[in-house]
Amino acid sequence: MVATTLDEKRGEKQSVGQQALAKKGWLGANKWLILRRISQLSLLLLFLTGPLWGVWIIKGNMASSLTLDLLPLSDPYVMLQALMSGNLPTQTGVIGVLIILTFYLLVGGRVYCSWICPVNMVTDAAAWMRRKLGLKVSSQFSRNTRYWLLLLTLVLPVITGAIVWELFNPVSLMFRGIIFGMGWAWMVIVGIFLFDLFISQRGWCGHLCPVGAFYSLLSKKSVLRVSASKRDQCDDCNDCFVVCPEPKVIRPALKGAKQGISPLIDEMNCTNCGRCIDICDEEVFSFTTRSIKR
Amino acid sequence: MSNEKGRGDTVQNANKAILSRRKFMGETLKTACGAGLLGLGMGTYSRQAESTPAWVIRPPGALPEEQFSGACIRCGLCVRDCPYDMLKLAELGEQVPFGTPYFVARDKPCEMCEDIPCVVACPTHALDHDLTVIEDARMGLAVLIDQEECIAFQGLRCEVCFNVCPVQGDAITIEMSRNPRSGRHAMFIPVVHSDSCTGCGKCEKACILDEAAIKVLPMELAKGLVGEHYRFGWKQKKVAGESLVTPDVEHQYNLPEGVSYDYDTGKLSEAKSEETPYSSNPLDSLKRFQQQQEENK
Repeated sequence: MVATTLDEKRGEKQSVGQQALAKKGWLGANKWLILRRISQLSLLLLFLTGPLWGVWIIKGNMASSLTLDLLPLSDPYVMLQALMSGNLPTQTGVIGVLIILTFYLLVGGRVYCSWICPVNMVTDAAAWMRRKLGLKVSSQFSRNTRYWLLLLTLVLPVITGAIVWELFNPVSLMFRGIIFGMGWAWMVIVGIFLFDLFISQRGWCGHLCPVGAFYSLLSKKSVLRVSASKRDQCDDCNDCFVVCPEPKVIRPALKGAKQGISPLIDEMNCTNCGRCIDICDEEVFSFTTRSIKR
Repeated sequence: MSNEKGRGDTVQNANKAILSRRKFMGETLKTACGAGLLGLGMGTYSRQAESTPAWVIRPPGALPEEQFSGACIRCGLCVRDCPYDMLKLAELGEQVPFGTPYFVARDKPCEMCEDIPCVVACPTHALDHDLTVIEDARMGLAVLIDQEECIAFQGLRCEVCFNVCPVQGDAITIEMSRNPRSGRHAMFIPVVHSDSCTGCGKCEKACILDEAAIKVLPMELAKGLVGEHYRFGWKQKKVAGESLVTPDVEHQYNLPEGVSYDYDTGKLSEAKSEETPYSSNPLDSLKRFQQQQEENK
């Protein structure tokens, strides 16, 4: 608890990443960030070529989709909500869920958050602006709130028989809005931006979002991980703590050498965003696989 | 001295443990309560949000509304696979539950594709995959809802709804009745039959009025339901093959000799026997009269 507050205080530090920028250049200091944005935007583009230009690559949206009329993909979290309300998916739906589950069990569940989810771009923008403006006020509430909300979204369908959360879910709301028509949904997105900016630092993705909470459960034993493999080179600049959307996950791996903790970031809420790799001018962090654990 | 210090540390640690336990409990309760309150709000709102307006028609094979809201994952695959582009995915702020597919008959009705691509595309059972014959779909029921404005009731020939109906002759028929205004013309009245109407909405789309007189309504709104205890005698009789109560006593008509009443046709019929009361020859009557007089003597 104390560590979290400390990390979050550090999060308010300004002029982050100057060393990395000087040492690695703009491209080097933003490599993974750029790749993530390309991933997020190109996914949207693949969905949009159909409605915009009549070239159908992926149909549907993130809840369920069909790629090239061949590959079905379905969101296990949404399907689970439907299941809780007493509705089974079709065979195609089950196949889609299994493919997605396998994928995230390998690369880490919260890769969804940092590489796929469009809301991530909004909350990253809010966090960036928070740093630029030097905003220090932030409402403190538990990062575990998201697990309570996850529980809630799975209990509500049992009680009401309806997939209640999908009426509100800003993640599906934004994605569906972009692909099928926004309506008033943009207000919710602006709301999340303002919430993260003025009310709570990393409030949505880091504390509340039950989608992220669900996907974090798939991260437990994922193969792809970030490792502080060269942690002995760390010069305590704290930049990684500042840019990390889940600063709590770094500490054990980076500072746990004395206690014999592995340098592998083995926390389920690490989103594998690679921002720490970018921002570190000492090249402490790198992507690795679980089997190479030292 | 060192002992005392040690004891002090233990007490302090115990106090710390109690404090952190209290803090933990407090935090947990705070979060749980917050989540609970949020859930209450969301649950209540969803109950309201899921009462769809009557003009909203779901794609073919859609489950009844209360089940649909639990089965539809709002992926829009049905919308994408509709070759006529008539399905829409509700946007936030519309009166339709956010993200669910629907169409409005007056804008673009269902074209009733034989292969029903929207149902095939559905990754859940929100659209019933057992629906393979589109004529079995029941998206709603067309109702000639305004008999005051429908020009057929003015005695004018229209029948557009009848002519555009894809289940023509079954879902909508034209029934003729007397036109009381002119007294000598017929009115050609369109009549919808729920056993064939799929609720595709073509009739509503085609209705020539500024505001359609025939409209597709949700089934539960359009259909009445007779009490379960109700039995119609003639139907029961047909099923059983005979009357289920004491057989009707044949009515005694005061009919002329040789004339009988046919219950089935409701017509009088003359017996074909020789013993007709009156012969075609008038002289026979006269003879009989004389005979009777002689007998009386």
